[in-house]
Amino acid sequence: MKFTLNVWRQNGPQDKGRMETYQVDQVSDDMSFLEMIDVLNEQLIGQGIDPVVFDHDCREGICGMCSMFINGEAHGPGRGVTTCQLHMREFSDGDTITIEPFRAKAFPVIKDLMVDRSAFDRIIQAGGYVSVNTSGNLPDANATPIEKPDADAAFDAATCIGCGACVATCKNASAMLFTSAKVSQFALLPQGQVEAADRVLNMVKQMDLEGFGNCTNTGACEVECPKGISIENIARMNREYLSASLTSK
Amino acid sequence: MSTLNAHIPEGPIAEKWTKHKAKIPLVSPANKRQIDVIVVGTGLAGSSAAASLAELGYNVKAFCFQDSPRRAHSIAAQGGINAAKNYQNDGDSTFRLFYDTIKGGDYRSREANVHRLAEVSANIIDQCVAQGVPFARDYGGQLDNRSFGGVQVSRTFYAKGQTGQQLLLGAYSALSRQIAKGRVKMYARHEMVDLVLVDGKARGIIARDLVSGELERHSAHAVLLCTGGYGNVFYLSTNAMGSNVTAAWKAHRKGAFMANPCFTQIHPTCIPVSGHFQSKLTLMSESLRNDGRIWVPKKKEDAEAIRAGKLQPVQLAEEDRDYYLERRYPAFGNLVPRDVASRAAKERCDAGHGVNKTGEAVYLDFASAIERYGKEAAHVQGLHQPSPEKIRELGEAIVESKYGNLFQMYEKITAQNPYKTPMMIYPAVHYTMGGIWVDYNLMTTVPGLFALGEANFSDHGANRLGASALMQGLADGYFVAPYTVGTYLADDIRTGKISTELPEFEEAEKAARERMEKFLTNPGTTPVEVFHRELGKIMWDQCGMARNEAGLKQAIADIRALRERFFKEVKVPGKMHEMNPELDKAGRVADFLELGELMCLDALSREESCGGHFREEFQSEEGEAVRRDDEFAYVAAWEFSDQDPGKAKLHKEALVFENVKLITRSYK
Repeated sequence: MKFTLNVWRQNGPQDKGRMETYQVDQVSDDMSFLEMIDVLNEQLIGQGIDPVVFDHDCREGICGMCSMFINGEAHGPGRGVTTCQLHMREFSDGDTITIEPFRAKAFPVIKDLMVDRSAFDRIIQAGGYVSVNTSGNLPDANATPIEKPDADAAFDAATCIGCGACVATCKNASAMLFTSAKVSQFALLPQGQVEAADRVLNMVKQMDLEGFGNCTNTGACEVECPKGISIENIARMNREYLSASLTSK
Repeated sequence: MSTLNAHIPEGPIAEKWTKHKAKIPLVSPANKRQIDVIVVGTGLAGSSAAASLAELGYNVKAFCFQDSPRRAHSIAAQGGINAAKNYQNDGDSTFRLFYDTIKGGDYRSREANVHRLAEVSANIIDQCVAQGVPFARDYGGQLDNRSFGGVQVSRTFYAKGQTGQQLLLGAYSALSRQIAKGRVKMYARHEMVDLVLVDGKARGIIARDLVSGELERHSAHAVLLCTGGYGNVFYLSTNAMGSNVTAAWKAHRKGAFMANPCFTQIHPTCIPVSGHFQSKLTLMSESLRNDGRIWVPKKKEDAEAIRAGKLQPVQLAEEDRDYYLERRYPAFGNLVPRDVASRAAKERCDAGHGVNKTGEAVYLDFASAIERYGKEAAHVQGLHQPSPEKIRELGEAIVESKYGNLFQMYEKITAQNPYKTPMMIYPAVHYTMGGIWVDYNLMTTVPGLFALGEANFSDHGANRLGASALMQGLADGYFVAPYTVGTYLADDIRTGKISTELPEFEEAEKAARERMEKFLTNPGTTPVEVFHRELGKIMWDQCGMARNEAGLKQAIADIRALRERFFKEVKVPGKMHEMNPELDKAGRVADFLELGELMCLDALSREESCGGHFREEFQSEEGEAVRRDDEFAYVAAWEFSDQDPGKAKLHKEALVFENVKLITRSYK
């Protein structure tokens, strides 16, 4: 297969950036999208051009590091996949493919397709945990039964990989899906109850400080989320936030 | 025979850890505030250690090369984590987990360390549940368990096929809490490029800021390497693209012994290789072997017809299928340990029974499980004489609830529906049991340098059991290192801050800079990737699932030649003081090129077959591994010398078995 690639090149945060066009051939339909970029980069190195910088690591859809905006969609066409799980068989021979970084004010571009998502880490640091120290003397794991539906729902929320596709997709660059997934995980579990009010207030405050936009319920984030995190989590976070605001001391 | 002292405490095995803990000198809270600790790597071992040490009051600096500590490759572990909780009342106990791990490791691990691992396993589950890790539960709200290879109890705790993710996010949340408190200073997108020794002690590291390209000096009273395994020496593996040996190898070059480097785990259930530009392999969790049956066509003609696309696997009658694991190992069947399952697959494929275009694949079939579960569900729902279609539908729903995400992953990669046609799998490099030599306190041969998790060699012998890597990473990080570093640090309370202006830091930084500048000014034309791929092929062919003397000698010569070519012909674009992933990769591949030689040397010197190390010269008539306990019941610990990996000196730590009788491992 052969492709024409329009790739965003940007030398650093201060650079204005521009699209560059490259041709790539000898692509097989079994290749993943990132393997196709590997082919491009080997070709560019041969031509004395700096290879395209992009984030990637596990290449099996779980680390959350890869982050391309392909033909106007986070992680490209196809549902429930990250860029590393996108295969070239999803495209037609001869296609022109446009590749950009995830764009949001809170995700500044570092270089080319690589962005800084440390804002997500700071949201977690604001309260995305249960305050329990390491101890060999905690209650037995089965001491508090948890109803299966709650455990399952907490798990579903906890499968968020923190890739930022929701932010890149949202017209407001909102991080509500990401934040609410973590808030929900703990809201659904007995272990999360003690700090529930502070958690939601602090995490939402941090989210706003980072410059993420608000949620207007268009639901695009849920559609593009590679892990299918539901916007029910946003509704749950709003309830948690409201009750925490009314009862906070 | 040995200069190595493992510092194993005296006393009966079940009391060693408790007594040892009671004797460890304490560091008072006021003194802990004066002590700095560096943790390199933020996977399960690193995150849990950094968080726990910070909770205790030490000043911690943590480093990872990814953009966030949450992305370390522990996140990709699928199946589960073992713990001797005996919730299923199926006869499990601390001793049984200890015994299974020693036996599973083919009697090449240290009894005292493994027993401690089994002891703290139950604490790990309590800790994780308290952190809000959403493990799978049954309808009564209790934790659910499944079974894994090499054991006859159900002691594996899991969170669907994302157990590693959930455990890592738990440890990451504990780490985040300490970062927020200012107790841990986190350095993401930083790579350790050298270890700094002062007066023979580990006192810091040189790290490269991967965004700015600047080299930084960081000092501490102790350094913990939690940097994972080195499976990427094979180029294709289930490891992440960035997983590398550099931190461990630089430590090795500065005096840390590498132990049993040739012990590599080849995982039996991975998606087969599809083409030349493939960059990594994907694991299909071992948990699938609970319900999947492994087979190849009994007749070679059928295998050939399947390879040519003239025959579909579902068309093959039951009597024409060879369920070779069930045939060879009736007691454990499809749940034999990984090394045994991998070798059996290779044996069938080498004999011409393999499927897939390449002939290097076997089937993992869920048809029986779907039928069994379907009938069960029909019975529960009170359906009398359900149609085969209804049974299938019900059965598929249950299989989906158990393995849905894995089936989906398989379908995405291969474009085949595993509910309708059997999966194709083949063994792939997955984990390295070998690693940096550590004593009972997890300290390496360099004072003040510790190694945790997959980076050390200690617990899995020559073969790791499924769901034990997560257990070990968290045991080391939460429950072992936070205590045992105290034995070392208690002597450091008067040392005071370590200056990064010391000449040792200056020299290490200069050496690191010169290595990088050499790459950037090299007049070569070949990209780094080409050399890595070539190294991987040598390693896979000669030091993979089966090894022999001639092949290993050839491999050593080939690797030495390749290394020479690499330094002459490699081209690294870009500059030093900027983001430069190709430069990072060049440094990592240079270290793999040295490690590969040491692995072959180790494999050559171990003239026996044990666990993942199968020397063709040492096998029984039925093709089973022949271990030679009289001569090889030791840990091979290699000391770097003469600036040449091929001249490493061998030290032997004799393994003493007082609680387990050495027998031939049999799963028949």
